Amino acid sequence: MSKQIFTANNVNVTFNVGRGKNKSQVRALNNVCLDVNQGEIVGLVGESGSGKSTMARVIVGLQKHDSGELMYLDTPIPQTRTLEDRRKIQMIFQDPYSSLDPRMSVKQSILELLDTHDILPKEKRLDRCKELLSLVKLPESLLDSRPYAMSGGQRQRVAIARALSLNPNFLIADEAVSALDVSVQASIINLLADLRESLKLSILFISHDLAIVRLLCDRVNVINSGVIVESSPTMSLFDNPAHEYTRQLIAAVPKLDAIVRNTN
Amino acid sequence: MTTANILEVKDLQIVARIAGHDYIAIDNISFSVAQGRARGLVGESGSGKSLTLRAIMGLLPSNVRVTSGSIKFHGKELLADKGKYRKEILGTGISMVFQEPSVALNPVMKIGKQITDSLVQHSDLNRQQARERAIDLMNQVGIRDPHKRVDDYPFQLSGGMKQRIMIAAAIACGPELILCDEPTTALDVTIQAQIIDLFKNLRKDLNVSLLYVTHDIGVVAELCDSISVMYSGRIIEQADDINKVFSNPNHAYTKALLGAIPRIDGPIQRLKGLENTAPSLTQRSQELAPPMKEIEPGWEIAQFDFADLNQLQRATSHE
Repeated sequence: MSKQIFTANNVNVTFNVGRGKNKSQVRALNNVCLDVNQGEIVGLVGESGSGKSTMARVIVGLQKHDSGELMYLDTPIPQTRTLEDRRKIQMIFQDPYSSLDPRMSVKQSILELLDTHDILPKEKRLDRCKELLSLVKLPESLLDSRPYAMSGGQRQRVAIARALSLNPNFLIADEAVSALDVSVQASIINLLADLRESLKLSILFISHDLAIVRLLCDRVNVINSGVIVESSPTMSLFDNPAHEYTRQLIAAVPKLDAIVRNTN
Repeated sequence: MTTANILEVKDLQIVARIAGHDYIAIDNISFSVAQGRARGLVGESGSGKSLTLRAIMGLLPSNVRVTSGSIKFHGKELLADKGKYRKEILGTGISMVFQEPSVALNPVMKIGKQITDSLVQHSDLNRQQARERAIDLMNQVGIRDPHKRVDDYPFQLSGGMKQRIMIAAAIACGPELILCDEPTTALDVTIQAQIIDLFKNLRKDLNVSLLYVTHDIGVVAELCDSISVMYSGRIIEQADDINKVFSNPNHAYTKALLGAIPRIDGPIQRLKGLENTAPSLTQRSQELAPPMKEIEPGWEIAQFDFADLNQLQRATSHE
């Protein structure tokens, strides 16, 4: 059995909402447990507002949790993370139009990370940039391009290259393909699948698109209102959804053979 | 049995002026929507599908113009007499639902008033009657407690509710044809399923025809009878019977597009990504496409293949 690279135990997050009389609390995550094995792609699916992005933010340390424990391999991750803690877990965001700095060229935005973390000798950093571009299948000629000159798919590849620049073992893809066109979406999905193979990467794939999750993930967690309602291997989740909410989600996906079914 | 065409677009050509140069954005496309039927207009970003809808509505940006062709509604030209006929039928004959309900709705106007805005233009309802009609319509598009909601502002509603309000406004004057510009793309899967059901019911109850623009072929499969696939401002393949295209796509691009879609039914296999994205408007060939070829009645394909299109794009992108 492969070993667990990441574990979350009973994570709780509560947000304060409203002011004065309307003040109340929302439980965004309610005792969430999640684990990811080495080299595995795990899905986290749910509707908007179900808490999937909050979970992503907790895992990379952008959001503090009220209680619960996060473990990387066998060591707990502290609430305040060191640079080294941050390197191990990296994230790809949903919208490559807003996650890249419009004033920075591709080279600058990758170098920014390499400089901050200072893990490579200076003279090797440019080579690392080129290596990363070829890893995400972008031509070297894009090194000096800025985001406005690139297509959505190219931008998302740059975002992936940035996330990989620090050699993380665990990658979080938060709706990484939902802002992209169908045709571009397919190539990014294939890229993630390839990277998992070539880099032995573990990925938490967060999405509301069940068709993609079915294709890409080994295991799936379904989250609703901050609670994980079902967690099972992909095949059994789709063949025998145990929870009512999972069944609703699966039924909501448009199917290509709909007409054939409707006319028969 | 033949049904009359409610909308007929013939040899439509649209030219965009960018930095002093004219570029052909839509190259001689022809299609029709039959009475009570739904046609899906499918393609990637930039293929010209939204522009086509905007041309029908008369909402083209100032640097874009229709240079030739015709758009007929019930056999009467929309492009003639400076759009006078179009002005008459907008709302009552044709209406439109936009992609982003949060952008399309006026943030400082109560939703009830936005729903009946067009109705008040076209009839002599007083304020109280308009309000009641708004509540009626909200009920029809499945908003709970409409009499409480009618005085809400858009920010008080969720994305799915806002899109329902847009649809309520679109059906307010009882149009025969609704143009839909990616109405569910900004929504969650579960909400999308509800909106698709709502459109299905509208088709059944009010017998409206739809021209439905989207890049999500799954949605088209759920909702439409006929399909036109667009690429780079041209129609690549179209059929009156959508099943034919799905079960036996003829054009290489249609095949590629279908292969790029993750499916929740069918075998789990690696997607065939379209490695090259479509060339941008300023990079694409300005040559006019040859006329389409009819494979069988009601089923046409373009007479240039995807390999040519790719070749062309590689040639231009390496300039």
